[in-house]
Amino acid sequence: MGLDFAVVPEYLDRLLLGSAWTIGITLAAAALSFFGGILFAVIALYAPAFVRWPFKAFAWLFMGTPLLLQLFLIYFGLIQIGIDLPAVVAGVIGLGLHFAVYNSDIIQAGIRAVDNGQYEAGRTLGLSQAQTIRKIVVPQAVRAVVPPIGNNMIALLKDSALVSVIGVTELTLSSQLAISKTFRPFEFYLAAAACYYVINLALEAGLHRIERRIQVAR
Amino acid sequence: MTDKPFVDIRHAAKSYGSLEVLHDISLQVNKGEIVAIIGPSGSGKSTLLRAINDLDPLTSGEVWLEDTQVNETLPHRQYEKHINKVRQEIGMVFQHFNLFPHLTARGNIVLAPKMLKGISDAEANTLAEEQLDRVGLLDRIDYYPSQLSGGQKQRVAIARALAMKPKVMLFDEATSALDPELVEEVNLVMKQLAEEHMTMIIVTHEMKFAESVCDRVVFMDGGYVVEEGSPEVVFRNPTHDRTRNFLRKHLQG
Amino acid sequence: MDFDLILRVFPYFLQAAVVTIELSVYSTALGLVCAALGTFARLSRHKMLRAIGTTYVSVIRGTPALIQLFILYFGGPQIGIQLDAFEAGVIGLGVNIGAYMTETMRGAIIAVDKGQTEAARTLGLSRTQAMRKVVLPQAARLMVRPLGVNINAQIKGTALVAAISVVELTYTAQRYIGSTYKPFEMFLLAGALYMVIIYVVGICVTYLDRKVALK
Repeated sequence: MGLDFAVVPEYLDRLLLGSAWTIGITLAAAALSFFGGILFAVIALYAPAFVRWPFKAFAWLFMGTPLLLQLFLIYFGLIQIGIDLPAVVAGVIGLGLHFAVYNSDIIQAGIRAVDNGQYEAGRTLGLSQAQTIRKIVVPQAVRAVVPPIGNNMIALLKDSALVSVIGVTELTLSSQLAISKTFRPFEFYLAAAACYYVINLALEAGLHRIERRIQVAR
Repeated sequence: MTDKPFVDIRHAAKSYGSLEVLHDISLQVNKGEIVAIIGPSGSGKSTLLRAINDLDPLTSGEVWLEDTQVNETLPHRQYEKHINKVRQEIGMVFQHFNLFPHLTARGNIVLAPKMLKGISDAEANTLAEEQLDRVGLLDRIDYYPSQLSGGQKQRVAIARALAMKPKVMLFDEATSALDPELVEEVNLVMKQLAEEHMTMIIVTHEMKFAESVCDRVVFMDGGYVVEEGSPEVVFRNPTHDRTRNFLRKHLQG
Repeated sequence: MDFDLILRVFPYFLQAAVVTIELSVYSTALGLVCAALGTFARLSRHKMLRAIGTTYVSVIRGTPALIQLFILYFGGPQIGIQLDAFEAGVIGLGVNIGAYMTETMRGAIIAVDKGQTEAARTLGLSRTQAMRKVVLPQAARLMVRPLGVNINAQIKGTALVAAISVVELTYTAQRYIGSTYKPFEMFLLAGALYMVIIYVVGICVTYLDRKVALK
């Protein structure tokens, strides 16, 4: 069986729809992983021990195991405890949590790198610990860690392909559906790869712009 | 000693795009002569020095070492062979030493002789000992660069260059990165080389050293050679205002 | 927590862990070869080689590993490449991690101070000699830890081949989740085995890093 790319245009609308889902899932999971990462970082650094240690065990477990395994856990685990979420929600939660743990690591390092004088200056002005952390320390830390977090978001885009395995009809599963009708895996997976590549370029360009804008306020 | 210059720089010019850093510079250095190049930062003095072994290639002009044109125009492969050969005869000492941190003092010294001259391990050992003894660091032979002071590092770097038995030595602000109390030990080694009649071209900020050791001083500014002559003339009776202004700032006491 | 179940399925998970280890070892070895070639190409003087290196890194890093695996395994036969799932897994994962390792190696080489090359060239060493004797020994030290990070990611990355039905840890966990409806137990069991593998590799990397550290 040779190659015949002529069949691809016929399914273009589905690939584009799949791309839209991939973008949506990536953005939703990225937002979750960003704010989750900040929350986790604050917990890891400032929460009382009885909150901190269980959290650290969770983070340790999530950093040491594959994302795919975590997706299975969340998808089937939630069903087991009686929460039957749509696969796409489970997928976003799984991706978001996974990358939140990685982002948390980066943000913790960023927070530690913020000059202690900044914290003292906040407290001297009469701000509470929580206010100082929220208004002074975290904003500075987040600016400093935008590039590595951006890299995580690019990794997230590519890892979003994994949610196809739990049945989310994003770009990868869309191309699989086209393949099941046409029996042309090479053509459609290549087409999907091209779509990912373009989305990836756009994401990189977007992150680059954000990085440049944030540089000014540092 | 012949009249023919040992190192001959002819109409050297260099520019980065529209920025000209060297303007038609010619400079001759005789065998055994010691020449200091002084001038403010950005004057092109380091660029000129680095053009002598073609580390910073010229845009136009020629550099000769005896009967060999250093920057001869050759096809890439041939040029690489040629320049590697020529560089073995031109020793260079850098401001930041550039010692190889993964090798001991001995390793730094014997690397190039072993690779390029094919000397035996025993010969290499003798060579390392000789050269380190020359700079007074024989007892540091098995030390790594990180275990040496700045002054010691620079002396090892000089020994490394000398181990190739170069015909001429280039010093690119060899003492600028050193703590003041470590400058003298490096200067002493350089003085000793001067007494052995090594041909040396020295880019330096140290006017006193230049005055006491060098046969000739070249003052550069803005990519031009503004003035050159014996230390007495350049330092005591400079003819140009720019030289005078520069010296007023740099020659204390 | 159903400990009886865990004990009963443990031998199967252990077998699967061996497959995960094999996948990791072979694909990492292949990745290192790809990375060495990729780095050589990216730092080459030849425009053509540089373009090939850049394209390799950009395309592989710009698309999901899962899709790359699918192209190789499902699309391969269309262009005359017949591989079983394990072979496709090793090659797909190896070529993938090779692109990331290329960037690690290139970064380490670039991180070696330019003065080092200058000093070597000044002594008369050729570009190749300077690279081999002066830059690479220093870069090798710089790349141990970041390559360790790549390998750590690769061990977890081997889970992808579950999607082409290689019976490794994640596939095994998925199957047992399906048959036992005990997702937490199966996750923890597979997770523990992944962590043991990663922990052992981490110790090796730390040991190696200390061994090559500068005096």
